[in-house]
Amino acid sequence: MAFLEIRNVVKNFGATEVLRGIDLSIEEHQVVCLIGPSGCGKSTLLRCINGLEPISSGEILLDDDRISGPGVEVDRLRRDIGIVFQSFNLFPHMTVLENIMLAPLKVLNKARQEVHADAMVLLNRIGMAEKATEYPDRLSGGQQQRVAIVRALAMRPKVLLLDEITSALDPELVAEVLAIVRDLATRGMTMLLATHEMGFARDVASKICFLVDGQVYEQGSPERLLGHPERDRTRAFLKRVMDAGRMQPR
Amino acid sequence: MRDSVAAAAPGRWIQPAIWLVVAATAVSLWPAGAAALNWQAKIRAVRDGRTVDARIASAAAAEWAYITLGYAAAGLLALGVVLFLLANDMAVGRTFFYLPLMAEKYDLVLRAFANNVFIFVVAEIFVLVLGLVVAIGRLLPGRAGRPVRMLAVFYCDFFRGMPAVVTIFLVGFGLPLSGIIPGAIPGIGKIPLTWYAVIALTLTYGAYVAEVYRSGIESIHWSQMAAARSLGLSYFQALRYVIVPQAVRRITAPLLNDFIGLQKDTALVSVIGVIDGFNQARIIASNAFNLSAVTIIAIIFVLITIPQARFADKLLERDQRRMRAAS
Repeated sequence: MAFLEIRNVVKNFGATEVLRGIDLSIEEHQVVCLIGPSGCGKSTLLRCINGLEPISSGEILLDDDRISGPGVEVDRLRRDIGIVFQSFNLFPHMTVLENIMLAPLKVLNKARQEVHADAMVLLNRIGMAEKATEYPDRLSGGQQQRVAIVRALAMRPKVLLLDEITSALDPELVAEVLAIVRDLATRGMTMLLATHEMGFARDVASKICFLVDGQVYEQGSPERLLGHPERDRTRAFLKRVMDAGRMQPR
Repeated sequence: MRDSVAAAAPGRWIQPAIWLVVAATAVSLWPAGAAALNWQAKIRAVRDGRTVDARIASAAAAEWAYITLGYAAAGLLALGVVLFLLANDMAVGRTFFYLPLMAEKYDLVLRAFANNVFIFVVAEIFVLVLGLVVAIGRLLPGRAGRPVRMLAVFYCDFFRGMPAVVTIFLVGFGLPLSGIIPGAIPGIGKIPLTWYAVIALTLTYGAYVAEVYRSGIESIHWSQMAAARSLGLSYFQALRYVIVPQAVRRITAPLLNDFIGLQKDTALVSVIGVIDGFNQARIIASNAFNLSAVTIIAIIFVLITIPQARFADKLLERDQRRMRAAS
């Protein structure tokens, strides 16, 4: 029984079937990367795991506990599953520190002192302690995304979902964000990330899943899937990625 | 000054008025001279074959011509107003701006205006609360929220549709008449009429402000709600800490517009007999057979509005600067 288990998950938006029976399992401390063409369902899957979108059928289990369907307390579930978005979504009317402290204070009802100390430790770790009292609009995109990651981490989630977190960034800012993810991976954080950064996926992933049309088309270790893809569409996709210069052949 | 004009023979006001018109015309034609000079310069330049100079002079002539038009139009309007006040031996001016009466009665009007201030300050506080509650009711999600949503929609439609003066009339006369509100509260005494005015204006403007709040809340991108909920905040916590604070910053200007409307509508409470600034001014006006007292209340209303409008602009500017790059 895997730590995070996704079983035959289907998601419809009206008549369109976005997820068409996804099966995926993630062990604790694993980093799983979702790759695939736009519209293949990567983001939708992440949003479903977090309960931001209800699934149409199938089930999702975290630590042997069903976290999808009726009767699940989504607010409670979201304490365990953090998510970081492509567009950062920091709260613009709050400082960096307030952004990070809001959920631990109001959701976990922790003491302000403890939450503050915690937030400062996290900010120090990403080298942004001196920006604690700035408002988000004073930060670069990369800095904003780093704060967004820390905001999710402050809830001490069991799993972190990262939804194309570098796609909205200027190229020179991508590395600083990926460095944090890499650091989290070495600390044993369980992560599921949708990404277009193939080189990065190859470095940090325990497993890579190639999604097509709302289904897991092929999955395997990075070396296997990126080095020796077995199925046609995986090969075609990877070739296009390489032709675009987004991944160097190894 | 009024005495000397009043002593003059009827029709004598015509002559100074004509001089005024002549003088104003002369002033407005001043830039026209500059336009003409430039035009001549252009013609000379064309004759001498200096194309560039001709173009420059021509542009300057056009500029001066437009200046002439702009100033003449404004001057003409101002002149119209002055002539209107001078008309009929300054009788018009005296009717609206009879200074001795204004100087004598302004404190009376000002004191009555304190009633207006009380009504709008208290009503504004109530309106802020009521409007937010109605707006949140109107945005309640799901099936359970539907009856509340419908109720909120009905409230807004009803009280926005009803003229404020009718609401004031019905509340001010109807509530005491129906007897459901005790005429007197033990220990406090009779409920003053001003409170009925406060209730009526709160009901009316609560409907407007609810719509303002709603548009503000809906203008916050849904991703903010998603981010808040994904951190484990409940729907109401997300509203309380993330959505509403941002919405309120966005609606300061329209909110203040509605408040200015509310402040002006306090002049309507005279229909139920509250002695507000306007009612007091009317009493003075009918006693003196001169409207200058009403001008006082008009000026007071204008004066309290201007700084609020400027303040709203300032707030807006500050928040836009902060929010521009974020989210």
